[in-house]
Amino acid sequence: MFEIKNLSVNYGGIEAVRDISLSVPEGSIVTLIGANGAGKSTTLRTIAGLVKPRSGRIEFMGEDITGKDPAYIVGKGITLVPEGRRIFPDLTVLENLKIGAYLRSDSIEDDIEWVYSLFPRLKERSWQYGGTLSGGEQQMLAVGRALMSKPRLMMMDEPSLGLAPLVVRDIFSIIRKINEEGVTILLIEQNANMALQTADTGYVMETGRITLSGKGSDLITDEGVRKAYLGG
Amino acid sequence: MADFFHQNLSYFLSGISVGGQYALIAIGYTMVYGILRLINFAHGDVFMCAGLMMVYLSSSFPFFISIPLVLAMTVVLGFVIERVAYKPLRSAPRMSVMISAIGVSYLLQNAALYFTGGLAKVYPEIPVLSRSVQIGGAATRLVTLVTPFLTVILVVLLTLLIKHTKIGMAMRAVSRDFETSQLMGIRINKVISMTFMLGSLLAAVASFLYFTNYASVTPTSGSMPGLKAFVAAVFGGIGSIPGAVIGAFIIGICENIIKGGASIFGIPGSGWTTFSDAFTFAFLIVVLIVKPTGLFGEKSVDKV
Repeated sequence: MFEIKNLSVNYGGIEAVRDISLSVPEGSIVTLIGANGAGKSTTLRTIAGLVKPRSGRIEFMGEDITGKDPAYIVGKGITLVPEGRRIFPDLTVLENLKIGAYLRSDSIEDDIEWVYSLFPRLKERSWQYGGTLSGGEQQMLAVGRALMSKPRLMMMDEPSLGLAPLVVRDIFSIIRKINEEGVTILLIEQNANMALQTADTGYVMETGRITLSGKGSDLITDEGVRKAYLGG
Repeated sequence: MADFFHQNLSYFLSGISVGGQYALIAIGYTMVYGILRLINFAHGDVFMCAGLMMVYLSSSFPFFISIPLVLAMTVVLGFVIERVAYKPLRSAPRMSVMISAIGVSYLLQNAALYFTGGLAKVYPEIPVLSRSVQIGGAATRLVTLVTPFLTVILVVLLTLLIKHTKIGMAMRAVSRDFETSQLMGIRINKVISMTFMLGSLLAAVASFLYFTNYASVTPTSGSMPGLKAFVAAVFGGIGSIPGAVIGAFIIGICENIIKGGASIFGIPGSGWTTFSDAFTFAFLIVVLIVKPTGLFGEKSVDKV
């Protein structure tokens, strides 16, 4: 469904991503784990169209989307929940959801209700400004906002960052639920344990390269992965 | 008090009127700043160009054609300036964009100098606006009365646009976060163009009102009202539309009260008039020292 072939990206003067290839089958959860600065975020930002690749090819549903602008890519059904949530602080919760559906011209009422049913807390806070929400609520809003574009592939950049362990648990169970409703997920995480438990397939990224890949359940028991990312 | 008010009625009236004109210009500064963090120094000159367009167009077309034509052409001018002078510098340091803005300002002034030959052009008398009226014993033109109402109506419409439409929501989003706005599928260049076009439209409206009072247009006619409107925007808290409007009315009124200072402070002659411009800029300095974020400014350290 989604495929990256030999992608290289220069970012901030360095070769942040070097010749990586990965594929995301329809309906799956795929995770990309690795240390800070391994090139995970750059990979997602390149897919979303925020950064232009140096070489390589990105394919979605059989179409070459390499180097297209972000609006085109969102329109095709790929969305990114950015690192640090980046919700709009002076838009209300409801407006944050509406802006997630910016490119859509069909009715969005049902989807707003769907997001509210996934995150009842957001419904309670519908008229509050985004900036007044707690970190966990902001993450829910960021996910809800991304869902409003009716994505087929949702990419998430460090959804657990800065959240309390209990909230992280909630977020991951929501990720599974969204996946069960038919949205394919590409997730990057420093919280490798949680990510590998959730994912069908995992890729390990180190200084711009993919060094290992396999089933999530296999990687979690892999000696090297355990040592490097799971604390022994 | 009633006596004081009565004596100075004409100054209050022209203060409110000039304030409204400054407000319409100030909105252009404040909106562009809100979205690009750019002081668009060319904005006052766009206003002047609208004045000149009216001079030339009204000589060959009736008002019902020339007025909409001036509005449309000023909007196009604002759009083109952004595309040519600012868009290519989108990822450049802010200082470069500001220098580009100063360049555009001089370019417009010099182009105007070329077309007018440096002569002051007589502004046409727009039928309804230039009609003389008497209010409470003070003689004035109808434009004085029309300005504050028109300003308020336009500000209300603008606020509705920003608060309740899709493009308005996109403008608010882009002014906060370019990158995340792009992730939502918003084409930020469109939103930025829209902002410049709205600012130019309001500047064109202001030019009809302002030049009807001042009767002539020169290539530098935009500088002073431009600067005053800029001061108003800073005073109100740059980036804030209500701030700019309130700031503009306060500055317009203060300026004219000072012009009427002779009767207020019992000083013979027109001794204070000379200082009315100085007041505005002294006021800017005081605002920058005492409250740099202005009346309604966002509490950000990211300031000019």
